[in-house]
Amino acid sequence: MSGALACIVAWLALAVASLLRLRGAWFARCAAFPLGALAALVLAVIGLQALWQPAAAMTLPLGLPGLPFHLHLDPLAGFFLFLLGAVSAAISVYAAGYFADEAPGRLALIGLQYHVFLASMALVILADDAYLFMVAWETMALASYFLVTTDHREPAIRSAGFLYLLIAHLGAIAILLAFGILHGGRGDYSFAALRAAQLTPFWSSVAFLLAFFGFGAKAGMLPLHAWLPEAHPAAPSPVSALMSGVMLKTAIYGMVRVIYDLIGGLRWEWGLVVLVVGAGTTLFGVLYALMQHDLKRLLAYHSIENIGIILLGLGMSMVFVGFGHPAAAALGLIAALYHTLNHAVFKALLFLGAGSILHSTGLRNLNDMGGLIRRMPQTALYFLIGALAISALPPLNGFVSEWLTFQTALQAPVLEHGVVRSLLPLFAATLALAGALTAMCFVKVTGVAFLGQPREAAHAAHQAAAHGRIDCGPAGRIGMAWLAIACFVLGLFPSAILLLLNRICVALLGAGLPEDALESSWIWLVPSSRAQASYSPLIFILVIVAVICITAFGVRRFYHGRVRTAPPWDCGYPLQTARMQDTADAFGQPIRHVFGPLYLMRRHLPGPDDPAPRFVLRIEDRHWVWLYLPVARLVGFLSEKVALLQRGRISIYLLYSFLTLIVLLVFVR
Amino acid sequence: MTTTTGIAFQLLQSLFVVLIAPLLMGWVNRCRAWLQNRRAPSLLLPYYAMAKLFHKDAVIARDASPLFRLTPYVLFGCMWLAAGIVPVLATALPFAPAADVIALVGVFALARVFSALAAMDIGTSFGGLGARREMLIGFLAEPAMLMTLFTAAFISGSTQLTTIVNTLAHRAFEVHPSLLFAAVAFLMVLLAENARIPIDNPTTHLELTMVHEAMILEYSARHLALIEWAVAIKLFAYMTLGIALFLPWGIAAAGDWAALPLAVVALGVKLALAGAGLALLESLLAKLRLFLAPEFLSAAFLLAVLGMLMHFLVRG
Repeated sequence: MSGALACIVAWLALAVASLLRLRGAWFARCAAFPLGALAALVLAVIGLQALWQPAAAMTLPLGLPGLPFHLHLDPLAGFFLFLLGAVSAAISVYAAGYFADEAPGRLALIGLQYHVFLASMALVILADDAYLFMVAWETMALASYFLVTTDHREPAIRSAGFLYLLIAHLGAIAILLAFGILHGGRGDYSFAALRAAQLTPFWSSVAFLLAFFGFGAKAGMLPLHAWLPEAHPAAPSPVSALMSGVMLKTAIYGMVRVIYDLIGGLRWEWGLVVLVVGAGTTLFGVLYALMQHDLKRLLAYHSIENIGIILLGLGMSMVFVGFGHPAAAALGLIAALYHTLNHAVFKALLFLGAGSILHSTGLRNLNDMGGLIRRMPQTALYFLIGALAISALPPLNGFVSEWLTFQTALQAPVLEHGVVRSLLPLFAATLALAGALTAMCFVKVTGVAFLGQPREAAHAAHQAAAHGRIDCGPAGRIGMAWLAIACFVLGLFPSAILLLLNRICVALLGAGLPEDALESSWIWLVPSSRAQASYSPLIFILVIVAVICITAFGVRRFYHGRVRTAPPWDCGYPLQTARMQDTADAFGQPIRHVFGPLYLMRRHLPGPDDPAPRFVLRIEDRHWVWLYLPVARLVGFLSEKVALLQRGRISIYLLYSFLTLIVLLVFVR
Repeated sequence: MTTTTGIAFQLLQSLFVVLIAPLLMGWVNRCRAWLQNRRAPSLLLPYYAMAKLFHKDAVIARDASPLFRLTPYVLFGCMWLAAGIVPVLATALPFAPAADVIALVGVFALARVFSALAAMDIGTSFGGLGARREMLIGFLAEPAMLMTLFTAAFISGSTQLTTIVNTLAHRAFEVHPSLLFAAVAFLMVLLAENARIPIDNPTTHLELTMVHEAMILEYSARHLALIEWAVAIKLFAYMTLGIALFLPWGIAAAGDWAALPLAVVALGVKLALAGAGLALLESLLAKLRLFLAPEFLSAAFLLAVLGMLMHFLVRG
């Protein structure tokens, strides 16, 4: 506990030291980020330990008089601290290389905001009272807002930052109201008091909805997702990685903490709400990701999709809790938390890869890239690993959590309610569809960006580089390699993670997985019983690698290994240019065709006599038309009416004060 | 059953599948030739073609990355693994718990992603076209396949192929309406996933229609031979999976040497019939326009989902 606090203090000290520009910009440039990574590693170890140790609590004499800060470290908080530490360590190492050539002034500010951001996320996870939680939550929102608007001179980035801040605060208000309902005017604001609140079903459902949508706004859940595809691309890449990889997960933490722990008494109807929203979020995210050609925007849409997948696991778990099946509920919660960790790892890796491309070539539009594997082989390798992981392909980590989610859905026959029983497999079908679409999307990204021939802009970037390789520096490579290895470790040793996550379930639900699942050896991943399902990624990868080696050896042994190089054949077409390859838009075109009605497409077809014809196709989010713009218009209308009160004359304001006083005197006696 | 006999069974079955798979390809080609009033090629033609390809010099495009040369081996490894998971001759193999039906779908997806990436590697127009179309087919075929397998999983209460096949094989004969839906959906997925008519034509090189062939245009010699071999194993694995799910009678348990000859005969008869059926289907159907393929596959997906719901509605 005190160790975790020391890490937070270290981060805050680094933030201040970066701002003070110790020894010029040297400190922020060379020392701040590596030291931050070290603190993050320590925090990860502390988080891991907390999964085994009994919960620890601490009260800090800070805050307002009579409202001290309460801290609490239990298995759930420990798991999220581990996630925060392990992922942000890699991002900090990467950031040390990425920000090395920033101007000193900007660097000092980034160093301050970045470390305050990290410290506030750790405090959100450790908070044990609503007051500290909200303070840390708002600090997190503000620090990330300033990081998003690092390039604030561009109007598009300013408006993206504004949208983010707006939706973040809508969410914060909802969370605050949820805490208010739990508090109910009694006692103090510590989580222990909130946990003890006795609520009627109506009020606990209201609290659930407020908490769900409040945290959902931060997580990028439908329909409050609009900020995410704007804010993530606007931020510098390590910050995007941190926001997408870690910050969204604090929202998941909040959801689990408030709904499972504080509100308690889960109802299956709540689970259905979560499932419906999760399924919509999943499909929306992946379908819009397929339409993007801006790499970071595409990754942002995939974050929306993955939040949906996490919600599917959570929702199934809540349905099972509601019907009183703790083993299946534990499986669902484990699937959701496992996917939370996995998404943190591979999405951070992918954003760092996108950052490397942006840093080396200045390109963000996939349609300008191509052939980068030859100039950036290491980045290409790491990005490919991330792409395979997010596409839920075995034996990497994304597959394990989706497999667990499927296994949760397959527990549906234990439910007594006929309709719900047949609904759960439908959500599994949604997940299957989304998984296959994700694979398509990442074939598109990897194929268009890294493979093929360099397109014109990429070619220019290649030429501009003085030497042959434009790969990122050693710090960047270490950061990405760390995450890529994590993709393998989380994918190959799932039963160890299962045991860790089971402890959270025991702490939260009072019950964990059945004995059969826990006693199987470390090679096998068994969710309920061995007859029902099992999976062994180690054997899986060993077989494939062994066959590859044997085949390669056999071919070498029995046949000659001669290879000739020649121009590409391509069915004999003599003239091949880089422009004849599929672009990102071309690759997504069939999906646009199949799912046409789901998109809001604006086409501009040039006329036959247009001297400079250009075909323009813009794909927009339907939510803007039916939700955001009407709400914006309504708010504008109401503000205009309120503005009528403001006349700019002091006598009228005095009259308002006088009237208010009279009214108060009448009512308050 | 001791572990050694189990592993012996496992290795034997994998080798058997890998070696016999091209024969099934030859059989389908021969049946199709008969049905189309052509003179049939030798049953062993796929073997001859592969032997010839192995002996040739590989020609690789100038800018090919290591991924391009690795992919044939990955495809071959994936299909070999699939051949080890599907209960072809025997159930309860020691490998079987390593991957259940979901992981099996994952293996096929892994192979698909690698072949699509390799197709985009050279940067030719055909490669990208093939990759795009393959992924378009895959994104619907994969969930349809998964839902089909889920129906069987719900009936037997397990995603282990061994348990599924044991449940389905050792029961009194009864018609599961949900399995009927699943079987139709599975057949449609089988056609799409193995690049057969009506989704793709394995014999065409016409740019308007080819999907799988467009992806492997740049491959030659041993790489091409490995890919062709992997394709043959994939067809074999799909067919035996269909047989194991919908016609499982006659399959042996691992270590049961006495039941093995019967299992081989039963499998041979079933595969011969299935191959002839495939050739008949391919001769009767016309290839669909590319944008009808999603409709075909979404029909398969919906059938599979309906089958799954049917299981819950009528409990059977």
